[in-house]
Amino acid sequence: MTFLADVATLARKDLRLELRARDTLPAMLLFVVSTLVVFRFALPEGADDVAAQGLLWVALVFTALLGLARAWAPEREGGALEGLVLAPTDRSAIWLGKSAAVFIFLCALDAVALPAFALFFAPVNLSTVAGVLLANLGICAIGTLLAAMAAASRTRELILPLLFLPLAIPLVVGGVGAGVSAEPARFLAFLGLYDGVFAILCWASFEYVVSE
Amino acid sequence: MISARALEKRYGRKRALRPLDLDVASGSFLVVTGANGSGKTTLLRLLAGLAAPSRGTLEVAVDRGRLGYLGHEALVYRELTALENLDLYGRLYRVPERRERIGMLLERFGLWEARGERASALSRGMLQRLALCRALLHDPDLLVLDEPFTALDVQGAALLDHQLAELRGTRTVVVSTHEPERVQRLASARLALT
Repeated sequence: MTFLADVATLARKDLRLELRARDTLPAMLLFVVSTLVVFRFALPEGADDVAAQGLLWVALVFTALLGLARAWAPEREGGALEGLVLAPTDRSAIWLGKSAAVFIFLCALDAVALPAFALFFAPVNLSTVAGVLLANLGICAIGTLLAAMAAASRTRELILPLLFLPLAIPLVVGGVGAGVSAEPARFLAFLGLYDGVFAILCWASFEYVVSE
Repeated sequence: MISARALEKRYGRKRALRPLDLDVASGSFLVVTGANGSGKTTLLRLLAGLAAPSRGTLEVAVDRGRLGYLGHEALVYRELTALENLDLYGRLYRVPERRERIGMLLERFGLWEARGERASALSRGMLQRLALCRALLHDPDLLVLDEPFTALDVQGAALLDHQLAELRGTRTVVVSTHEPERVQRLASARLALT
């Protein structure tokens, strides 16, 4: 219970910081809508829904990357991450708290991106929504860990995309598959498996990311 | 409480701390001095568990939650208020009667009026006072203070003097400073790094 209480405390802190500073979520919302508008004009007339689904996922993944790049900024400023590392909480709670906050940001992003996609391209089916939510879990799990690793580097803006994008490919495959396949359950199960495996790996390895 | 044998720290080829033997008994007040680059901060980071030794052994017989650390940075969130920062750490350290303890520390360090100010709006000296409150919040058994008098004005330094005098003998305190005369009367042990 204390572990979950710590996770809730840390996630609440991130939400409070975002509500106060508003320097991540508005930028993400603006970026995803702008990207979808550009894609609307870039996609040739008569292009099928599969191509449009692919573009949706490109927009979602790159917007998530934008948010992840700022995920640990409050901890970098003022050395707060060391303060958290010194606290007697399980260090994986730091990762889980941050992941929970990022998950909420991504859900807020989807609440704007999916209606915008429906407006510009094609209606969004239920399996696409399920795919997006499952992909959010994977993005949070792996993205938060990689962002923490990148935050310690001087070249963090370069390192994060280089590490994150290859690992996001299965999420794009699963997400697009769930949206366009006649058997979306197979792709949703794949996304669930990806989430489970990477959540366990990230949970176990975060300790080493924040320890010297 | 602290035992180090041939403790050494390197960052790549650069040696940050020369091999060192150290024993600090519980309740001691150790003052660490030395020129810039002699390894004071490195030693204190090793004691706090924020860095790992490159060679030698280090044993610190205190749980992570019973250690208080003041570093060169305040280790607080700049966009949270002084009160919110202390409340966050109070929850993570499971400080009993958290609100009362926070209120008492804010009063003691002259921050009560500024409790609603964001850390980013505090002056350097006020931020150092907030960092001291954070380090003392959970009433630690081992207090590791790296240049605690930095940026404090006369009143702030006097408050810290008073706090350290109170802790002497009841808690183990390790202080690094360029002003050893300031804590001379409190010191039970001294370590000069070269």
